[in-house]
Amino acid sequence: MENETRQHFITFLLRIADDRLILGHRLSEWCGHGPILEEDIALGNIALDLLGQSSALLQLGCEIENNNRSEDDVVYLREVIDFKNCKLVELPKGDFAFTIARQYFFSVYSKFLFEHLQRSSNETLAGISAKAKKETMYHLRHSKQWMLRLGDGTEESHSRLQNAVNELWSYTSEMFFVDTVEKLLVEKNIIPSLDSLSSQWKEEIEQCFREATIAIPQNGFQQSGGRIGNHTEHLGHLLSEMQILARSFPNAKW
Amino acid sequence: MSEKQSDTEWQLWEVFAQEKTGEPHIHCGSLHAPDAEMALQNARDVYSRRGSVVNLWVVPSKEIHATSPTEAGEFFEPASDKIYRHPQFYTIPKSVKDI
Repeated sequence: MENETRQHFITFLLRIADDRLILGHRLSEWCGHGPILEEDIALGNIALDLLGQSSALLQLGCEIENNNRSEDDVVYLREVIDFKNCKLVELPKGDFAFTIARQYFFSVYSKFLFEHLQRSSNETLAGISAKAKKETMYHLRHSKQWMLRLGDGTEESHSRLQNAVNELWSYTSEMFFVDTVEKLLVEKNIIPSLDSLSSQWKEEIEQCFREATIAIPQNGFQQSGGRIGNHTEHLGHLLSEMQILARSFPNAKW
Repeated sequence: MSEKQSDTEWQLWEVFAQEKTGEPHIHCGSLHAPDAEMALQNARDVYSRRGSVVNLWVVPSKEIHATSPTEAGEFFEPASDKIYRHPQFYTIPKSVKDI
């Protein structure tokens, strides 16, 4: 792989790995605070799956980088600006409806993303994606069931979910952000084109909203910037909590 | 929700898991869930995290009718002294497994 392609491939892996790392962290904040024990376990399970996916993607990135940087270095020693996740995943967890709506948006996107990436010419990425797709189908089932029940539930659950959807809506387009990074990788046949993701996502979301009696927000301003390292103020706080141990005790082993 | 429940408690469900196709479902515990679909979802999280489950059943706990432990004596003992009910006089062919 020539140098530019390699750099772009690493950036692409960081983008999809950081999404899962940060969302996994946000989900894990429910641990011990879930609305009910069973849901506590469910959210914890999903958080672990996402961390596992992120770990596999980062390992692949380190392998390609081949620069003695370990997966732990990448997670614990990077600055905010070097994180490439979309802003959607770094927003504070909010209430249960907010967590569920975000998880649903992200899981639908992940399903189609991994479906495409299963066909990557990089065998490791194709393998990681096949496994991650299976896990994602379960995450999707979980959050969709909750979308239907909260949306078409009581007056309070409906309004909380509708508010969450309205609040999250401007952060959804960023999942489909592509720039020279993805374009070059498609050109070099490393990953298939991701152009259809956005319309596939929208179609599935609209169908679920109809069932859940949730109104689709009017398309207004859409956030961007996360993919190139410009984040909301929330990410810094999350990272300081996530990185403090590794930074306080350099080379600590656990 | 089809039936009225208190605001703070979901319905209780009993969970039965099957470890291999063809094996019996074994009761593995209970959990709370608002409906059957969610109960299956929760059962998957609570009882099949460590693999080796191929099928799950959930049954509302209130639908299970059990014998009373205090009456166990008169209920079960009459069967134990009837030797002809225990087919232990037969040798089982080597090719027969799982008995």
